[in-house]
Amino acid sequence: MSDPAQLSEITLRVNGEDRRLTIDTRSSLLDVLREQLDLPGSKKGCDHGQCGACTVLLDGRRVNSCLVLAVARDGSEVTTIEGLGDGEQLHPVQRAFVEQEFQCGYCTPGQICSAVGMLSELAAGWPSAATPDLGATPELSEPEISERLSGNICRCGAYPGIVAAVKQAAG
Amino acid sequence: MRPFTYERAVDADAAVASGVAHAGNGGVRYLGGGTNLVDLMRLGVERPAHLIDVSRLGHDRIEPTDDGGLHIGAAVTNSELAADGLVRRDHPLLAEALLNGASGQLRNLATVGGNLLQRTRCSYFQEATKPCNKRTPGTGCPAREGEHRNLAILGHSPSCVATHPSDMAVALTAIGARVHVRGHEGERVIPMPGLHRLPEREPECDTVLEPTELITAVTLPAPGPGLRARYRKVRERSSFAFALVSVAALLTVEDGIVRDCRIALGGVAHAPWRAERGEGELRGAPATPEAFARAADAELAQAEPLRDNGYKVALARNLIVATLSELGA
Repeated sequence: MSDPAQLSEITLRVNGEDRRLTIDTRSSLLDVLREQLDLPGSKKGCDHGQCGACTVLLDGRRVNSCLVLAVARDGSEVTTIEGLGDGEQLHPVQRAFVEQEFQCGYCTPGQICSAVGMLSELAAGWPSAATPDLGATPELSEPEISERLSGNICRCGAYPGIVAAVKQAAG
Repeated sequence: MRPFTYERAVDADAAVASGVAHAGNGGVRYLGGGTNLVDLMRLGVERPAHLIDVSRLGHDRIEPTDDGGLHIGAAVTNSELAADGLVRRDHPLLAEALLNGASGQLRNLATVGGNLLQRTRCSYFQEATKPCNKRTPGTGCPAREGEHRNLAILGHSPSCVATHPSDMAVALTAIGARVHVRGHEGERVIPMPGLHRLPEREPECDTVLEPTELITAVTLPAPGPGLRARYRKVRERSSFAFALVSVAALLTVEDGIVRDCRIALGGVAHAPWRAERGEGELRGAPATPEAFARAADAELAQAEPLRDNGYKVALARNLIVATLSELGA
């Protein structure tokens, strides 16, 4: 059992629901989601921010939940793969991933959360290293998708299907 | 991970006061985005007993200054900074450097202050079971005779051959940014280059900061008229990798003559490397590939490559020449 000085009370709004939690200060957001909130959709791949399998939306932005200390995010809003759809219908990005090729599926929740975050970054006009002109509004292209999703590794190498799914979802 | 206590500071003075109060009790660290610190804590490289969260001190804005420059709060994220309209207009090489670093997810967490203070990715430093003078002073440097393909060619010492990993810091060094710091004796401003230091006999110190000093902001000067700038980075894959060599260059050419230039190199030294010898060679010279090559050679004459990283000298030379040629065309 942890020393009480290393425990903390926090509230997270997870997939639209307020969750009050007692956590160890060392807990990552990923471990809290998986171990305490029974949301195993976000995956632990590398636990070092290198693979992207743990990607969730934190206050609307995609992040590596393995590198986020939950204690530092009291009051934040989190959307995981479990919360993207409305319970009946899949999110358009989820539907596109189902329709396009993907393989083992381990990286897929992170890929999808990352793609959702990325599409809102693009809609906000954020540039990437693949944007030809930093002064212009970036447009979705295959090089843009590849660059913007470079934080998500797929060990099956199903990248062509992932790019196609993102293109399809973006319409 | 070693257990630690956590607090969220309400302002910079409170953060620094708490930092000083906890400094003797087994180590204290300021927490920004956590992308490097949390990872190093998990690896056992960093073992603070207390964390002070400095991400909500109100240092989260980018504002124009009276002299035409920019004031950037230390808690601004890398992605917000790269997307900012004024940064993209006035300092596009800073946006380029940021966008060529890390991944979208990491840039959404990582802060300006934390980016400047990130630690080397030398594999011996990051592996807590290995000797490393930077992590545990006096234990030696296995990298000097071991795996050093990605490590320093300039300014290293017998005690450390690590490189500084930041792209952003290389751009800020070329731009001539100023780093605003709060300590228990008040504020001070550190020009770049000048924040990061060479390893010499104290590789455990990456910067000139005291352990409890807190970066609060970075300011940029107004861009000069007629100035062209570019950040270019060479790495082992085209995205989400640290630089083998990078260059941030600013060039002002009038009537075919280089009136001003500033060049900084990344991936080659313990600090972002301002190429002052090369710049001196270039000022007043014709803006030609031959002159750019002479400048690169003048700078790199002081390189001391290790057994397996001599390729970086040629790479740096070619990257400097290519980048300046593009800017001077």
